[in-house]
Amino acid sequence: MSTILVKHRDDLASKTGMWFFLFTELLLFGGLFIVYSVYRYRNATAFHLAAQELSVFIGTINTIILLVSSTTIAMSITAIRKQNKKFAVVLLGLTIILGLAFLVNKYFEWGEHFKEHIYPGSSILALRGHGDVLFYGLYFFMTGLHALHIIIGLIFILVITISILRNRITSDNYVLLENSGLYWHLVDLIWIFLFPLFYLIT
Amino acid sequence: MSTQKDIEEPSYLDYKGKYKGIFSWILSTDHKRIALLYLYSILAFFATGATIGLLMKFELIAPGKTIMTAQTYNAFFTLHGIIMIFAVVIPGLPAVFGNFLLPIMIGAKDVAFPRLNLLSWYFYVMGVSLVLISQFTGQGPPDTGWTFYAPYSFRTTGNMLPAVFGAFVLGFSSILTGLNFLVTIHRMRAPGMTWLKMPLFPWTLYATGWIQLLATPIIGITLLMIIAERTLHIGFFDPALGGDPILYQHLFWTYSHPAVYIMILPAMGAISEIIPTFSHKTLFGYNFMVASSLAIAFVGYFVWGHHMFTSGMSSTALYAFSLLTFLVAIPSAIKVFNWIATMHKGSIDLQTPFYWAMGFIFVFMIGGFSGLILGSLATDIHLHNTHFVLAHFHFIVFGGTGFAFFGAMHYWYPKITGKMYDSRWANIGLFLFLTGFLVLYGTMFYLGYEGMPRRYYDYDEIFHTGNIISTMGSWVLYSGLGIIIINLFASLKSGTKAPSNPWGGKTLEWSIPSPPPVENFKEIPVITKGPYSYK
Amino acid sequence: MKTIENEKNHIIPYKTFLFVLAGLIVLTLTSVTLTRISLGTMTVTIALIIAAIKSTFVLRIFMHLKFENKMFSIAFIGVILLLAAVITITLLDYLNR
Repeated sequence: MSTILVKHRDDLASKTGMWFFLFTELLLFGGLFIVYSVYRYRNATAFHLAAQELSVFIGTINTIILLVSSTTIAMSITAIRKQNKKFAVVLLGLTIILGLAFLVNKYFEWGEHFKEHIYPGSSILALRGHGDVLFYGLYFFMTGLHALHIIIGLIFILVITISILRNRITSDNYVLLENSGLYWHLVDLIWIFLFPLFYLIT
Repeated sequence: MSTQKDIEEPSYLDYKGKYKGIFSWILSTDHKRIALLYLYSILAFFATGATIGLLMKFELIAPGKTIMTAQTYNAFFTLHGIIMIFAVVIPGLPAVFGNFLLPIMIGAKDVAFPRLNLLSWYFYVMGVSLVLISQFTGQGPPDTGWTFYAPYSFRTTGNMLPAVFGAFVLGFSSILTGLNFLVTIHRMRAPGMTWLKMPLFPWTLYATGWIQLLATPIIGITLLMIIAERTLHIGFFDPALGGDPILYQHLFWTYSHPAVYIMILPAMGAISEIIPTFSHKTLFGYNFMVASSLAIAFVGYFVWGHHMFTSGMSSTALYAFSLLTFLVAIPSAIKVFNWIATMHKGSIDLQTPFYWAMGFIFVFMIGGFSGLILGSLATDIHLHNTHFVLAHFHFIVFGGTGFAFFGAMHYWYPKITGKMYDSRWANIGLFLFLTGFLVLYGTMFYLGYEGMPRRYYDYDEIFHTGNIISTMGSWVLYSGLGIIIINLFASLKSGTKAPSNPWGGKTLEWSIPSPPPVENFKEIPVITKGPYSYK
Repeated sequence: MKTIENEKNHIIPYKTFLFVLAGLIVLTLTSVTLTRISLGTMTVTIALIIAAIKSTFVLRIFMHLKFENKMFSIAFIGVILLLAAVITITLLDYLNR
């Protein structure tokens, strides 16, 4: 059917659509922040103590990784607009590598917890009391959902990188790159809040 | 507004695209064809839900087991609720009439993201399929009610996962539709159509779009938490693990109350189109109508707690929610007053859509006022979870949205199909529908006030008479529904050809041929006047 | 061919991004250090304030809100206020139970 429609492009519409979608994502995590605030209020001490077991070091490293990756993808927009295709691809490749590094860190971090029998539904965790159960439940659910977003973001960026290589995204048609950037920044933005709420409330 | 009398372009129904047969529909990105895809799927699910409702009413004709066991009844009210709420009334007006008319009414050729639009329909079908799969697989169908209340929803042996995930997917479909409409309205209005020259139906879709966008994710995440709870035993809502089931109710209603406004706002928008057209008069208080739509959407976001007055919330929260609930009545009342004022001194043309609009106002008023009774803390203690609640929300959801849906159906039928329907049969159908409706649900107010609880397949002997009357009402309602739908389908063949503007409407959709050509407008119109410029 | 209308063809130089990145890393380390020192009940508040400052940078520079149509910023703030209102109303129940 689209053959008969006049092909015209509205970049601002795509970007508006992306922003509206990001609002949805914000509210999706927002629901979890509601749950977090209620249970933290009800189990303040337990949350406080449980948070001490998380590795602030890995958390900080991961925060910095995400911040750097946000910078690289933001820079790639500048690169593409300056018609520097090669540099843009390098920056996007860097973003993907950093995203993967984040996931690898996360994997080891979760692995440590699993070794200590801390995972949802674990009977050893249940013995430690309600506050710990809820803290780790939220921790795994929220960081897990965040990691899922990282994976989606990485796939999105990979597709964009290929489109750049195939010259589908160019210096005068780069709204998709911008949108993937927006998505990636949102994932970063959510991490900026997850980090203090889980690692720094000691 | 240029008139486009000469039909050279094929209509969207005749257009031969890349694909043939059924593929020209299920692969079409034309907003009009997608609207019809939604229409047919929604009608099918509506028929399913209505039949289940009919069977449940038949079960209640006598105390004790009549035709089904308690467990079947539980499964039935669950399925009835999920289908009717998530698959019929929430997408009903926006996905069918919004899709068909929004681009036309704002002078655009399609929605902003046509392929996303088609994807939303696929999500919709997937979601309903998952819900239906849950009925026939696993250890018995879900029996929690459409609200999936914790902790029962992760303790029951019923097959919850596909049903909950289905509702999640339906939410996704709803979000994408809302997003699409918002961007369409922001970016694609015809030149000269400033915000305040936009007709009311697009305006209500705009308000609805924001609710879809900002409320649906909350239930999305809540349903995911229920899934996690069932599979991983995280403990979010499990009192045995420190979770709080009332928090589930908070999150659930944070979406599901605004969802009521997803249902009713576009309904109000459709009524606001019908009434000026058949009164041949400008809509009274246009600015107030716009403002009240936005106010309903906004305030409606903060009243969710009135579903939980007896759940054990703190009394501060009770007072706050009761107050906010009363506030939301104000913009709704503004709308009713403005509709009446529009009719005042108009030259009223008594046609079927206008009767539906009248029916809408009548049942909506009853539903609205009974809502205030439930919104007061003291009376709610008595009426909570009784048939009174059942009657109230059927008056709003089925009475409000349903009447507006059929009103819109009869109003835009000539535009959509290019045929006129037999208005005599349509009126007979409406008369039976309204009579059956009032008998069926009106009696429930009385039953609930007397203390008959909802969601039981059995009841005390003292409620017997009321239930007999109510069940008989369901037969009248159902036959009225049958006549309406058969009439509409029969008119597809036998109806006379519809002119481009059969009712004398002033909005843009009446300026193009019926059925509309593929691209809607030959030339995008330039708007100079407000939407309802009579005289 | 229409290009993006409201962006006024603003290309952000690489340098700006690197400065912002440096700022963000400094803020991250500050908040980690500050929470190491016991600040009592203020810990979380301070950590969240720093997170809010960080997100403002990300939103305004990385996500271009500074250069975009004002509508985006207003809508974004609206969404955040809405979320804040929902959390507040929910806590209205829990704080008074």
